[in-house]
Amino acid sequence: MAERLTAQPITPLRSRSVTQRRSPLPRLSSSPSRYASLPPAAGLEPPTMNSVGEACTDLKRDYDQCFNRWFAEKFLKGDRSGDPCGETFRKYQRCVQKAIQEKDIPIDGVDFMGPNKDKPES
Amino acid sequence: MQNMQLCTPLSRCPLCVVCCWRTGTMVKYFCCAGLLRSSWDQVCIAFWQRYPNPYSNHVLTEDIIFREVTPTNCLKSRRLLTKTSRAPRWMEPYLPKQMASSAYIIEDSIVDPQKKTMTTLTWNISHARLMCVEERCEYQINRDNGSWTEIRREAWISSNIYGLSRAIQEFGLARFKTSVTKTMKGFEYVLSKMQGETPSRSLAETATERARETALAAKEKAKDLASQAQKKQYV
Repeated sequence: MAERLTAQPITPLRSRSVTQRRSPLPRLSSSPSRYASLPPAAGLEPPTMNSVGEACTDLKRDYDQCFNRWFAEKFLKGDRSGDPCGETFRKYQRCVQKAIQEKDIPIDGVDFMGPNKDKPES
Repeated sequence: MQNMQLCTPLSRCPLCVVCCWRTGTMVKYFCCAGLLRSSWDQVCIAFWQRYPNPYSNHVLTEDIIFREVTPTNCLKSRRLLTKTSRAPRWMEPYLPKQMASSAYIIEDSIVDPQKKTMTTLTWNISHARLMCVEERCEYQINRDNGSWTEIRREAWISSNIYGLSRAIQEFGLARFKTSVTKTMKGFEYVLSKMQGETPSRSLAETATERARETALAAKEKAKDLASQAQKKQYV
């Protein structure tokens, strides 16, 4: 038997009782202070930065992981046994230097710590 | 925190050094000290892992483009950063139409694990004709507490745009002070994560809040200077 569709009666505006005010929707805040107060999620890899060369981000991540381990466990403790990240660094540099040239980023011609060399001791 | 102003042309930004000598522009000098309640070793480790953090949304890319260990076992590195370039609305009429929306910054650093010192020098290699900001930081063990690290920060801010250099320098100084606040908060966040804690309010935060208030005052001053310069144009 087919269902009989009955129209719902329309409540006239005048006779409506005062509607309950809706509670405001919770705001999705992306403010840094809120993010900073949350504890880090367990088991998840920390986020990593992109490289200036889009294709180099994975190579950068591999190198950064190797470097951070060596820096904390060997270099800062005075261990001079050598840098195990040479090969990953070279692969990463080949990629990123090519990207820098393609984007015309003016990195050449400045000595290391060059801009501050002649500054008077403050 | 001290806030000093010098009137000698000290800027040595490689792309604007000649301009500064020719025009003898004023350079804004800023100096402050910060404290991190973590050991020097932890701070150096965090230095290489500080991006990304919730306070660094304006940093788009990060790359090491040079690194070597010296014969004296110091680590020399050069880092290339891309950051969003945000100019205030009053500056927009004076900017070239094709000015890039992102800026390139170089950061050189030397880490000496024997002396427990780290020195960094950061400067912009784009937008340099508009404004040059050079920042030098020294990270050392705190003299009063061996398990804390003090950061001595100096900055030189200069601009070469005729008629607007003062306003741009004030803007640059205001923005620099805000960025110091973010830098310290970012460091504390990363250090807390490394130590498995949640960040808590600290002396550094209180001190940097004062810097924010000073920065806001400097920003207002910059706006005033810019509108004065604009009025002079039409007189």
